Amino acid sequence: MEKATKDHAALAEAFNQDEEHVNWHDGALWWIRQKRDIAAKNIPEWEQLRETASRIKSNVLSNLHDYLLEFEANLTKNGVTVHWAADAEEHNRIVYSILKAKEITQMIKSKSMLTEECHLNEYLIERGIDVINSDLGEYIQQLDNEPPSHIVLPCIHKRKEEIGEIFHEHLGTEKGVSDPTTLTRFARWHLRDAFISRRAALTGVNFAVAETGEYVVCTNEGNADMGAHLSDIQIASMGIEKIIPKKEHLGVFLRLLARSATGQPITIYSSHFKKPRPGQEMHLVLVDLGRSRQLGRPDFRDSLKCIKCGACMNTCPVYRKSGGLSYHNTISGPIGAILAPNLDMKRHADLPFASTLCGSCSNVCPVKINIHDQLYQWRQVIVQEGYAANTKVLGMKAMAWTLSSPGSYSTIGRAGRWVLNNIPFAVNNKFNPWYKQREMPDGPKESFGEWYAKNQGDNGSEKV
Amino acid sequence: MSTRESILAAVLKNQPPASPLPDLSFLKGNRPDIVSTYQAVFTSIGGSVFVVDDLAAVNARLLENFDSTKRLVTTLPDLGEPFEVLSKTADPRTFNDVELAVIEAQLAVAENGAVWLPEQRMGQRIIPYICQHLAVVVRAETIVPTLHEAYAQIGVGDYGFGAFIGGPSKTADIEQALVMGAHGPITMSVFILTTN
Repeated sequence: MEKATKDHAALAEAFNQDEEHVNWHDGALWWIRQKRDIAAKNIPEWEQLRETASRIKSNVLSNLHDYLLEFEANLTKNGVTVHWAADAEEHNRIVYSILKAKEITQMIKSKSMLTEECHLNEYLIERGIDVINSDLGEYIQQLDNEPPSHIVLPCIHKRKEEIGEIFHEHLGTEKGVSDPTTLTRFARWHLRDAFISRRAALTGVNFAVAETGEYVVCTNEGNADMGAHLSDIQIASMGIEKIIPKKEHLGVFLRLLARSATGQPITIYSSHFKKPRPGQEMHLVLVDLGRSRQLGRPDFRDSLKCIKCGACMNTCPVYRKSGGLSYHNTISGPIGAILAPNLDMKRHADLPFASTLCGSCSNVCPVKINIHDQLYQWRQVIVQEGYAANTKVLGMKAMAWTLSSPGSYSTIGRAGRWVLNNIPFAVNNKFNPWYKQREMPDGPKESFGEWYAKNQGDNGSEKV
Repeated sequence: MSTRESILAAVLKNQPPASPLPDLSFLKGNRPDIVSTYQAVFTSIGGSVFVVDDLAAVNARLLENFDSTKRLVTTLPDLGEPFEVLSKTADPRTFNDVELAVIEAQLAVAENGAVWLPEQRMGQRIIPYICQHLAVVVRAETIVPTLHEAYAQIGVGDYGFGAFIGGPSKTADIEQALVMGAHGPITMSVFILTTN
């Protein structure tokens, strides 16, 4: 599913072929960022809330071992079966074995980035189990055989005409129908049948409360609840970092989550699952998948505080103009770029470079993750480990040589200015990556060094 | 070593030194105009709010807007005819034809418009999701300023399932165009009861 053969720059270039589409994408995400700002400003203690959330998560990371044990004990007391999975394969195997034991061949799944990371759908489909994604955006992405491009808005990169075409092709809607309400109603009735008929439902987890053993799932559509409450077997998959210590902490996180994500005061549904209903089975799979390793990286462990709101994506100038799929990782955008190298540094070596380091991501993060600092730190690790692209390594070596030698610095500077002023076509061409989507400037007549030498006397006093 | 033990061992080895939990006591709402705040917020979400004196007024208002030949269910026996008092033991799938469900919340939150419904108040867990339209009765004195006061009241809670619900089901997955009624109710009405 993931296009790993091309790097972020190449995939972004493909996304940028359609300028009107890119401008729309850029504007749509910026609009969500603006809604987030309005929602945040309505809360006078917003900054204290962010700080509090960040400190709760610091406590979680520092005491995760004990919280996991407490959560597990309370789940068991509540009648929920707990499973542990070290990696994607083990997670998928556990889910499959739960279904197989009940001879279930159809499952309905609400949004879960973790199961996307694990490629659960492919695993189950290969073994004869049909899976439907019930979140509308994920359903559209599944029909189109593409992964989600955004953790909150899975098909934000698609125009309604494209979606209309997908519905026409796969669901038999009339050709040319692209009205969002009409398409949504069609999906509603189509998926209603699946909710009613499927015996197993899987959900993700937003917050897991160690103190009570309950877990909270947030949606706007109600799809997680439709699946869960109509199922005989309910499964939840969560990364081990989703734990929070106490129930009262939900007040902090639920005030931040939807406002940061979409500017809503709260998601329409914040469902607190604690015990199975009579006759139902509930399972919860605790998944490591690199989390414990990231916990051991002091510079990067705070990335585990993420509550998956997507605010860093909506604000990121690179994300908005390159699209989520160009990150070739389940979690895209700035947060994806600091999580992914932990999972596979070689494969994701390009992602920390897909940023201007402007810091906007860190400024909107509801749990105050220093995302842009971590992007910068990952670059250093990636170069040291030998995973940086050759052009970057050569460029940096050339730059290091130039900057460490005043003579060559001044010679190359003079040469560069002469080229810009006398033969601009030598740099204004497609062989220069900086020329793409940019005009090269006119070269100044002289460098600061030359100006300084001309205008200053030997004793440092200004010439008049 | 089992997967459980190896994950726990790796977490214990890699977790940073203890970091204390922050104080939450500064987090409290201060809204004297709590009912009007609730009304304004819930309306802005796309819900409807009615302030009424009793359940008879709720009944009358609903029958103006809904077809009584369709299936109308409730957990409130005092709501009266023609509402069907829903069975707590029926197969949840059998509620797929419910047009309107009327239930009563334990409390509501002014700052975000959400009502808190432990499963006992839902009758069955599926009810507020599967119905085409949802109406929730909220006693005015149970409205709290923020989620902090709400969780203080809920406490551990004697429920197997509970939910905050803050409006009709919605999606904006297609080009950010807001559509009500993604999978759950297409409308949600809240009736604020001002007297006992």
